[in-house]
Amino acid sequence: MFEAVQQDYVDVYKGVASGLPGGSVPWVRRVRDSGLSRFREVGFPTPRDEDWKYTNVRPIAKQPFAPALDSHNGIDATRLEILENNVLDSYRCVFVNGHFAPGLSDLDQLPSGVVVMSLKDALNYRAEELETELGRCAPSQLHGFAALNTAFLTDGAYIRIGRDCTLQRPIELIYVSTGDSEQPQVSYPRNLAIAETGSRAVILERYVSLEQSRYLTNAITELVARMSAKVDYYKLQEESAKAFHVCGLFLHQDRDSTVTTNNIAMGGAIARTDLHVSLNDVGAHSTLNGLYIGMGKQHIDNHTQVDHRVARCTSDEFYKGVLAGRSRAVFHGRIVVHQDAQHTDAQQRNNNLLLSRDAEVDTKPQLEIYADDVKCSHGATVGQLDPDSIFYLRSRGIDETSARSLLTYAFANDVINRFAIASIRHELEHHLTQTLLHGKHIEGTV
Amino acid sequence: MGSPANDIDRLVKREYKEGFVTEIDSDTLPPGLDEGVVRAISEKKREPEFMLQWRLDAFRHWLTLTEPQWAHVHHEPIDYQAISYYSAPKNEDGPKSLDEVDPKLLETYEKLGIPLEEQKMLAGVAVDAVFDSVSVKTTFSEKLAEVGVIFCSISEALQEHPGLVKRYLGSVVPAGDNFYAALNSAVFSDGSFVYIPKGVRCPMELSTYFRINAMNTGQFERTLIIADEGSYVSYLEGCTAPMRDENQLHAAVVELIAMEGAQIKYSTVQNWYPGDEHGRGGIYNFVTKRGACRGRNAKISWTQVETGSAITWKYPSVLLEGDDSVGEFYSVALTNNRQQADTGTKMVHIGKNTTSTIISKGISAGRGQNAYRGLVKVLNKADNARNYSQCDSLLLGDRCGAHTFPYMEVKNPTAQVEHEATTSKISDDQLFYCRQRGLSEEDAVSMIVNGFCKQVFKELPMEFAVEAQKLLDVSLEGAVG
Amino acid sequence: MLSIRNLHASVEGNPILKGIDLEVRAGEVHAIMGPNGSGKSTLANVLAGRDGYDVTEGQVLYRDKNLLEFSVEERACEGIFLAFQYPVEIPGVSNLYLLKTALNSVRKHQGMEELSAVEFLKLIKQKIKLVEMKEEFLHRSVNEGFSGGEKKRNEILQLAVLEPSLAILDETDSGLDIDALKVVAHGVNSLRNEQRAIIVVTHYQRLLDYIIPDKVHVLANGRVVKSGDRTLALELEKHGYAWVAQNPDAAAAPAVGS
Repeated sequence: MFEAVQQDYVDVYKGVASGLPGGSVPWVRRVRDSGLSRFREVGFPTPRDEDWKYTNVRPIAKQPFAPALDSHNGIDATRLEILENNVLDSYRCVFVNGHFAPGLSDLDQLPSGVVVMSLKDALNYRAEELETELGRCAPSQLHGFAALNTAFLTDGAYIRIGRDCTLQRPIELIYVSTGDSEQPQVSYPRNLAIAETGSRAVILERYVSLEQSRYLTNAITELVARMSAKVDYYKLQEESAKAFHVCGLFLHQDRDSTVTTNNIAMGGAIARTDLHVSLNDVGAHSTLNGLYIGMGKQHIDNHTQVDHRVARCTSDEFYKGVLAGRSRAVFHGRIVVHQDAQHTDAQQRNNNLLLSRDAEVDTKPQLEIYADDVKCSHGATVGQLDPDSIFYLRSRGIDETSARSLLTYAFANDVINRFAIASIRHELEHHLTQTLLHGKHIEGTV
Repeated sequence: MGSPANDIDRLVKREYKEGFVTEIDSDTLPPGLDEGVVRAISEKKREPEFMLQWRLDAFRHWLTLTEPQWAHVHHEPIDYQAISYYSAPKNEDGPKSLDEVDPKLLETYEKLGIPLEEQKMLAGVAVDAVFDSVSVKTTFSEKLAEVGVIFCSISEALQEHPGLVKRYLGSVVPAGDNFYAALNSAVFSDGSFVYIPKGVRCPMELSTYFRINAMNTGQFERTLIIADEGSYVSYLEGCTAPMRDENQLHAAVVELIAMEGAQIKYSTVQNWYPGDEHGRGGIYNFVTKRGACRGRNAKISWTQVETGSAITWKYPSVLLEGDDSVGEFYSVALTNNRQQADTGTKMVHIGKNTTSTIISKGISAGRGQNAYRGLVKVLNKADNARNYSQCDSLLLGDRCGAHTFPYMEVKNPTAQVEHEATTSKISDDQLFYCRQRGLSEEDAVSMIVNGFCKQVFKELPMEFAVEAQKLLDVSLEGAVG
Repeated sequence: MLSIRNLHASVEGNPILKGIDLEVRAGEVHAIMGPNGSGKSTLANVLAGRDGYDVTEGQVLYRDKNLLEFSVEERACEGIFLAFQYPVEIPGVSNLYLLKTALNSVRKHQGMEELSAVEFLKLIKQKIKLVEMKEEFLHRSVNEGFSGGEKKRNEILQLAVLEPSLAILDETDSGLDIDALKVVAHGVNSLRNEQRAIIVVTHYQRLLDYIIPDKVHVLANGRVVKSGDRTLALELEKHGYAWVAQNPDAAAAPAVGS
């Protein structure tokens, strides 16, 4: 379908592969080559692929994006509003167009036993540490974008929380796209985080842009939680409204580990996140929280899959969506309970609120169950603000717009309250009550 | 208040009792499919020219299609050239009266509990009996004609009422709708035709009984039901087949049309031969069923109890075109041994204030795989659409599977769409409780399973509900304990 | 009627009952009391034959037959009834249908004619008055959406319909307010007769104000540590279970009725 563009990526790869970080390390080269050959095999997904039925990537695939160069030198922290206003006390890694910017980052006072560094450096100087981990969480059947990320993987964060280490402050990874090049650019962030046995950490990924321009972020994060590790993971996606964002988040959980993912999507013209959770040993627990907020012509697609591979694991998934303007959201939540995964407890809920005449939701909650002694349920709803509630508030003297914004916030509130970081809660509250309803997208609401 | 528990001991030991073969001379086309076969079928049925053209168009379109791959089922590739597309009991002109029907056929239907002699029949049920490719007898036709109801085989309708057939055939399921529907449109041999005139409440239940008998034969029947303004009809469908080692294909199409204020209630008890416990043989039941609510306040209700077939692939659907129209889908699907079912519904909300309800109960036992697949689609103009879906799965045994694949596509903010699904097994507590009250384990399981299905059974006409309960018990044979 | 000798039982390999001796005669009401974890409910479940409760030693004779050889439903048909601490919900199965099926199973086992629907309805309408339940309860799914009190009354209704020889009430008073408790007690009392034995398993003395027991046994750590008449229950109420533990003499006292 997009043969010429696909060929372009292949040609670019041939030109740059040997110069990429770790390009001389045979196993790194093998990982990249396998990514490329997978991409050549499957190409960009089309709506004929069941997993892309509702998301047409033609706008992304119809033209080539050039790999973004390492060009952060010209950027200083003052241009980065996000750093100025950032109230979060964190260990911070900033990446500009996908490349680590040490000058903007702050990794002082990392406790011993904790490694946080750029993947580029890790691949160049200590690749052997990564060999058994990189690419191991990702599913074997990568889609075209994930395959491309694997082929072009360049930089990102390499995180290792040592055995029994507890990190007091969150690790914050901020991906800034400058969006100022003439050619549309693509960055390929690739993060690898390993929480060793008994460790505790909070990891936060943010995606922001300086310009409201068109670019592509094609990211993958792999997260391993070893025995009894506890990880709270956040992804806060606030890309430019013209940008494209495709992201894979792959979790591997060992015995008695607890991982909470908080997946918040607000930006992008087309934004797609694939979250795969693999519960590999007994007692693992995963919580999947998600909130997506669409307006304008945004298209936000969340694909989640939870694999209960062994007995006595639990998962609890709760995704909510608020759609205004002409935005469209896709939710695809799949729970697979494999044979012999007895005593599984898997719950999933997806609730959607349509605020405007032209907004659309396509939701596909799916249960696939091959064990009998399980407790599984899912539920999905699509609805609007309750007219009775609006009337009630108005009769108490609250104007209609405020009533709507109050009820919209109330709708999202129970998932927002699951986010432990206060500054994120405040940001979302602002977004929901101010931007969404008082902004220009109010027209067309019903 | 029936007493299924008392029948179980007897029933549980029972084999698939409809598995016998009728020795009868048949007029069967050799296996294979090309335009010549399509023409031959049309010619045998002395069809009007438009029908032949329609079939040929469908056939040519079919050649461009491939089998759908998305269903959660697995089977060996089907060799469409190895199937015979027409088989009929030998009888030059077709029976004029019951006296002319081959006694062996009458005996077959007696054995199946469907006597075709009207005096023996259940009062108030008219039957169209379809044997392999043709209708052998339709009962009570004359009595129905008195109120203007047309109930006959579709072959007969093509002769007697070609205008009605031409107008409505393919109007809900177009000839090229999907792979199996296109195949059916090209080669369908017979089926039932119903027309209920304006304002008429059909005075009796209408029923079709489908029977596959011949070897290597596919059955491709076509049912068309039109309920004109303000009319009502309740229609029942039952199916069986002999036990054979090879798989047989059944690819039917059912079209329902409900005009303003009309109501169609369509009930199916599907008990095609499911294959043996090793998965040998059995019917591939690949069926397209769809109804259209064409006017305001129209209502179409599908109720199905699916216990048979090696593979079931069917999604009885409703297009809610008229404002205030209502679609319902009530389903019990049971898979035991190696059976696979991928079944559900599509509710397409087009008109305003349309309502749909989906209640699906899946029971998986043995190594059975049972999938619910349903689509609720609310189009942009469908203000105030309401849908409620509930899909529950019950697992009996640790080698079976239960899957739920709902799709919800909502393009209108005034819609309320709600889907709930649960998966559970019969709890040890429930079993212990029943046994402590004196019930055997089989009785307890049967009672709990029937309780699980109650929401659906209560939608079935009385005689069918009892039959459905018994079928469940038999189909669960060996799944308990 | 019931003779328990040196009964040991364990759950998932953990010994819970460690040598229970108990004699219950027709016409008697026995109360079995004890703190949480003493083995009261385990005893009730062992007598009913629940899976997962393994008898490791000792014997139970019921009407001079080895009870432990019988399956759950055989015990039920032989006249043993367990009123559950947590009655089970069965969606889609009406109360009436369960009762009729159960009663006819029991009658069939005992060589009696099965009741027709009409006869059964007549019987049930009379029995339901005993527990002050509305008839609509008969048509609702078994225990589904019932309040705690309704579930317990439903258990007593089943007891009244099945007319067992030996009824075991497992914490039937738990979760009941005083009015519901009185209804339940009234139901049980009206079923007391010379042919029927009743074992009341309870944590609190309260129920025994309304169902006066002939004998009271105190269970602790899997053994009967003290037996007496109803005054023992009152003593316990006054002093608490710690009193039994602190009175080795009391614990050593011979069990009345053995």
